[in-house]
Amino acid sequence: MKKIVRIENVGQVFGTKNGPFTALQGINLDIHEGESIALIGHSGCGKSTLLNLIAGLTRPTSGVMLCDGREIAGPGPERAVVFQNHSLLPWLTCYDNVHLAVDRVFGAKEGKARLKQRTQDALALVGLTHAETKFPHEISGGMKQRVGIARALSMEPRILLMDEPFGALDALTRATLQDELVKIVAATKATMVMVTHDVDEAVLLSDRVVMLTNGPAATIGEILDVKLARPRDRLALAEEPEFAHCRAAVLDFLYKKQLKRAA
Amino acid sequence: MSATATMGVAPAPAADESDAKVVDLKAARPAAGKGETVRSAAARARHGAGAALRGWLRALAGAVLPPLAGLALLVGLWHLATMNGGGIPSPGKTWDAAVTIFADPFYQAGPNDQGIGWNVLASLQRVAVGFGIAALVGIPAGFLLGRFAVLSQMMNPIISLLRPVSPLAWLPIGLLVFQRADPAATWTIFICSIWPMILNTAQGVTRVPQDYLNVARVLNLSEWKVFTKILFPAVLPYMLTGIRLSIGTAWLVIVAAEMLTGGVGIGFWVWDEWNNLKVEHIIIAIFVIGIVGLVLEQALMLVARRFNYENR
Ligand SMILES: Nc1ncnc2c1ncn2[C@@H]1O[C@H](COP(=O)(O)OP(=O)(O)OP(=O)(O)O)[C@@H](O)[C@H]1O
Ligand SMILES: [Mg+2]
Repeated sequence: MKKIVRIENVGQVFGTKNGPFTALQGINLDIHEGESIALIGHSGCGKSTLLNLIAGLTRPTSGVMLCDGREIAGPGPERAVVFQNHSLLPWLTCYDNVHLAVDRVFGAKEGKARLKQRTQDALALVGLTHAETKFPHEISGGMKQRVGIARALSMEPRILLMDEPFGALDALTRATLQDELVKIVAATKATMVMVTHDVDEAVLLSDRVVMLTNGPAATIGEILDVKLARPRDRLALAEEPEFAHCRAAVLDFLYKKQLKRAA
Repeated sequence: MSATATMGVAPAPAADESDAKVVDLKAARPAAGKGETVRSAAARARHGAGAALRGWLRALAGAVLPPLAGLALLVGLWHLATMNGGGIPSPGKTWDAAVTIFADPFYQAGPNDQGIGWNVLASLQRVAVGFGIAALVGIPAGFLLGRFAVLSQMMNPIISLLRPVSPLAWLPIGLLVFQRADPAATWTIFICSIWPMILNTAQGVTRVPQDYLNVARVLNLSEWKVFTKILFPAVLPYMLTGIRLSIGTAWLVIVAAEMLTGGVGIGFWVWDEWNNLKVEHIIIAIFVIGIVGLVLEQALMLVARRFNYENR
């Protein structure tokens, strides 16, 4: 399979008041076209930092990041990001928040009616047609997160980067959206990188689970191949030995090998 | 998706629920006369309306009574202080003078003898012009200073040096440059209004959340879209704070400036009445100046609240 993103020996050092802080070090990862990757690790280890690097929002201080064989010089609409804190613009309605993205990506070549249709479709996809005219402060946290997902999906990105997109949701909504997401990703054949700290979510949604060691100077500790056939049924999976095995492997990494010492 | 679909739906209003109960009652007790149910429902409605009215009155009293008591205390003290005569007129005398003044606030008897209404309007006009020009210059300047660190490093020492200077110190410069009193007064307003506008706008620009700018970067928005969709709305609340602060000082300064420049205006009117030894008129002017300032401030607060997205 084609490698869409290549991360070679990447490190990230932040300049802080107390001198340089090495967040990431020696990261090596190839992401294949169409695959789904879950990034997992303890809080503060550098998951968001790595995702921002792939997005192009920050540049690595060492190493090389390639997308389609070219250096990642900055962000772009083909790499849509669902931000950890939804980042909706508070002065725009849900519709306008999504429309801003649709207009940017398709505005040059499509008519007004088509753009409107795209915006409405994206909101319908996350079940928020009724909230089109509402402002972000008028909807719940989970709904905001769903608008953020709709905004990213509406751009029909080649790579979907998501930073704990379901972190703020209740278990029920979370499960529904996870299933919805899997369907969309399968239909659009998008490549997906999702940051999570939920072990079940990581195993359920991904082809590979990339596990980061604790910071500072975090790096990739282990990569687990999830050999579960798709489509995956969350109820049937509970009985599946492979699922239990994957789950145990991730849990073992997080809670035995990388046990976070109480600060 | 059914679970998520219901999530966004607002909870059924309480009215529906009580309606349902009435229906239930009727269904459960067919033996009871229909008239009885209707009567008791009407009584309940009347009782509800009465309680609502009483609650509303209590809220109103809570909001209005304490300020009224404060005002009464002030007038009472004023009355006590002026009981034994002296230069300060009593509340009663001032009230009588006010009634005469406000009977015809817009009379015109020559350039230096006009009603209090004209004087207030003249001052407001100066404030509006000086303030408007300050906004036209200060807000774009603030955007530039906020966006380009070099500019802000260049300008900050100058601004820090000039800002604490009383705007009245600039009056002679205005007189020198414009050769007339009226634009010189407007000039002082311009000077005192511009600092809060520059500084608050610049601060707003530097405080635009990085998240919003990241959205712009991921979408690769054009500079114009970044400005209209992200920068401007994000900075607007800060800008309005600057505007509110400067209109407050502008209104403070105009009174003093007009005392020095003369002409028509509430400041000059105060000075004129002092020369005529009509102290009750000065007290009336103090109240008028206070009320106009309060109205300006409250109006801008209302506008600011409309555009505050974060705390809604
Ligand atoms: N701009 C920055 N400047 C300095 N240090 C930073 C910066 N951004 C992140 N860090 C540090 O890098 C480390 C990794 O941060 P990051 O946000 O990537 O963690 P995370 O794994 O996403 O955590 P969480 O699960 O809580 O979101 C943290 O120690 C953080 O303090
Ligand atoms: Mg994070």
